[in-house]
Amino acid sequence: MHVALTVNGRPLRAEDVWEGESLLYVLRERLGLPGSKNACEQGECGSCTVRLDGAPVCACLVAAGQAEGSEVVTVEGLADGEELAPVQRAFLDAGAVQCGFCTPGLLVAADALLRRRPAPADEDIREALAGNLCRCTGYETIMDAVRLAAARRSEGA
Amino acid sequence: MARNGLPTATTRTTGSAGGGVGESVPRPDGRLKVTGEFAYSSDLWHEDMLWGRTLRSPVAHAEILALDTTRALAVPGVHAVLTHEDLPTAVRHYGLEIPDTPVLARDRVRHHGEPLALVAADHPETARRAADLIEIVHRELPLVTDESSALAPDAPLLHPGRTDPHAAHVPHPNVVHRQPVRRGDVAAARRRADVIVRGEYVFGMQDQAFLGPESGLAVPAEDGGVDLHVATQWLHADRRQIAPVLGLPEELVRMTLAGVGGAFGGREDLSMQIHASLLALRTGRPVKMVYDRAESFFGHVHRHPARLRYEHGATREGRLTHVSARIVLDGGAYASSSPAVVGNAASLAVGPYVVDHVDVEALALYTNNPPCGAMRGFGAVQACFAYEAQMDRLAAELGLHPVELRRRNAMSEGSTLPTGQRVDSPAPVAELLRRVRERPLPPARQWETSEGVDVRQLPGGPSNSTHGEGVVRGVGYAVGFKNVGYSEGFDDHSTARVRLEATGGEPVATVHTAMAEVGQGGVTVHTQIARTELGVSRVILAPADTRVGSAGSTSASRQTYVTGGAVRNACALVRERVLELGRRRFGAAEPAWLSEELLLADGKVVTAGGEVLAGLGDVLGGEAVEVERAWRHRPTEPFDPHTGQGNGHVQYAFAAHRAVVEVDTELGLVKVVELACAQDVGKAVNPLSVTGQVQGGTAQGLGIAVMEEIVVDPATARVRNPSFTDYLIPTLLDTPPIPVDLLELADPHAPYGLRGAGEAPTLSSTPAIVAAIRDATGLALRRVPVRPEHIAPG
Repeated sequence: MHVALTVNGRPLRAEDVWEGESLLYVLRERLGLPGSKNACEQGECGSCTVRLDGAPVCACLVAAGQAEGSEVVTVEGLADGEELAPVQRAFLDAGAVQCGFCTPGLLVAADALLRRRPAPADEDIREALAGNLCRCTGYETIMDAVRLAAARRSEGA
Repeated sequence: MARNGLPTATTRTTGSAGGGVGESVPRPDGRLKVTGEFAYSSDLWHEDMLWGRTLRSPVAHAEILALDTTRALAVPGVHAVLTHEDLPTAVRHYGLEIPDTPVLARDRVRHHGEPLALVAADHPETARRAADLIEIVHRELPLVTDESSALAPDAPLLHPGRTDPHAAHVPHPNVVHRQPVRRGDVAAARRRADVIVRGEYVFGMQDQAFLGPESGLAVPAEDGGVDLHVATQWLHADRRQIAPVLGLPEELVRMTLAGVGGAFGGREDLSMQIHASLLALRTGRPVKMVYDRAESFFGHVHRHPARLRYEHGATREGRLTHVSARIVLDGGAYASSSPAVVGNAASLAVGPYVVDHVDVEALALYTNNPPCGAMRGFGAVQACFAYEAQMDRLAAELGLHPVELRRRNAMSEGSTLPTGQRVDSPAPVAELLRRVRERPLPPARQWETSEGVDVRQLPGGPSNSTHGEGVVRGVGYAVGFKNVGYSEGFDDHSTARVRLEATGGEPVATVHTAMAEVGQGGVTVHTQIARTELGVSRVILAPADTRVGSAGSTSASRQTYVTGGAVRNACALVRERVLELGRRRFGAAEPAWLSEELLLADGKVVTAGGEVLAGLGDVLGGEAVEVERAWRHRPTEPFDPHTGQGNGHVQYAFAAHRAVVEVDTELGLVKVVELACAQDVGKAVNPLSVTGQVQGGTAQGLGIAVMEEIVVDPATARVRNPSFTDYLIPTLLDTPPIPVDLLELADPHAPYGLRGAGEAPTLSSTPAIVAAIRDATGLALRRVPVRPEHIAPG
């Protein structure tokens, strides 16, 4: 089958898709967008988090066919050209990136949180990002990064 | 990095003035990692590539009678199916210390998940389905699963006819290695003890659970060799094991580090490296292999589970009289790094305390359980859980605060370890404990907010299992120490190639090492060292590969010390040559050049007094100055096989934790409220980065304290929970704030005075949490992970 969808604002079409393929597989292996990561394929780790028609989802749990006609935003779509998004800058400035494998999913999830709730309390951040596993940082710098991104967004920086 | 181009691009860093040692310089790979462009080993792609898949044993111990690949080979899209029969040379085993691990099992499998066959196909799903069609004819064999079944007189031998270096001295062929440490006279000391506590402790099997699965790409080359792009911790050790199995000279196995999604010890052993290469050489096509999470649980070794029996004695004044300990580690089916883990467990068994009378025995078993090897903390973690529990029990018996008892026995610079080795650099054990103890406690009942109860701050969290009823707070302390670098006489060196040249008149340094960047930030450190040593702002990092000498492993908290030392050393040699060049060019006309005290700073050659002699661009002209040189830390010695005496370690790292927990005593649920850490890092080469290491290590200690365990069915030796659904690592809701207090007491023997930092926090975090749960509940809790049923039985 084929799947047509809009990814990061660009209409794209994947050919020869096997029915069992996930949105994650199609993004990574057929559309040349490997930024979304595959670390569990069970929806437990959040490394493949993308926004699907506005809502953060694990792309590994979405059958490719289900994404037909939808709007998808991946980590590759967060920056505005060369200009990093506030969450991306904040992750770098706060030291929230070590191995970085969880980073794409966390960035999409954090960005979605701040769109929904621009000034989250610490417990809101913890709850919203509890579906994104990180094994390197102990999360402390990730908390710092989301707080920093929220503060910069509110300042319009 | 280009998607299909593999990591051919270099990582470019353009620092302004500054950016040297001691600053929180940003990661050179940071931008690529936040934009999704960083190419991890699972992201690689090559035209015409095939997908590889491993068939693994469904049972733990069996004789393999036949493997029928007929149906798999018939699947459209399948290009190759390989079994043991297809291995190209007589070298069919590999291993980090002992080559006992079959590349593909021949007539016997020794653990659940052992590789049996390989498939290459044009789609990963095709490869998976074909692998499932391979018929395994086997006959199950009796299992060895613990000490009693391993050492029984009629126990099946995991490796009959052993010829490895440990075979001659072990008490039983199912013991991989045994190391005693004996000092003083424990029997006499025991008679002087006013208080004796004895305990047996159990440490569960922990998984590294790095997020980036084992993966890589093998590309067959026209010269008959293979270009291998993989995530690993040590490129050269991989190559040493891969090449003989492929029947290739090492120079035809060209390895490049692909992006590594975490490691924590789990990438020291080979996983898909040989398998993908075999498939690529057989099919003549590039082959990519990516493990899924379930396979990843079988694709790497785990942290040794352990049983630890301890006896501590002390006088009424709270001075330790003696410690005896027996530490039994389950090494699983193959040796991996078990011998070195045994050495650490034995030599660090009493912890950072002064004890004159010691009798320790540590050993690792061969069993049919999953193979165990390196994980962050490497043998020191299991011991720390037990000796710190013992110290708390002694303190309780003596009516002393747990920190006070530790202070009275804390080792310090000049102390002698049970191995007879003198500690010849700062050892601020008491000071670290003082710091975590004096930190203000987090406020009580933080879940009570102006808007009512916030269940997210309570045990059970959003599952809304309590509003504070039955919730009790506890506080616990622990301290630990870990050796840095490879010990026991290992030639623990690294290599750096540094080049300085002028581009457009501006000096640019290029640093090339084979160091595996696994997230720890070594790449950042290399740019900092080059800036500090060469006085340049622009530093280019060449990709890590085997075109440069070995960097040793990204393990044992050693890379900033050893490869950092190698980069610093190579920079110093480059600096000397640049100054020689300058003296030749300008010395006749300008006598200041002949002064001995010349420095490189801000892209210029300056005198110690600050006078600028020339820009580096002018000194270099069109020449490039390049040096490649190996560098070693001071040597260590093996431990005596009977007494454990010897200067076995090169450096120690120290960390202390205070854990604050709240426990729902009715449901047995634990919320860790705060995990404060104090650690001596010698010199914070990159404060932001090293703080992240401390926090990350602390969180992994939390995981094994209350959540994580690979559950192996004792009846079948099969792994029951190979998924992130059933193997739980801490989430953001499980992990509390981790305030970090860094000490910087220089080690005079180390570059910049730094101390390896990554592992020590993983030691003390676990016992501090369990001490806090004991404080809250009054329970003995001798096993980790602590589960709800241990706290609230029935």
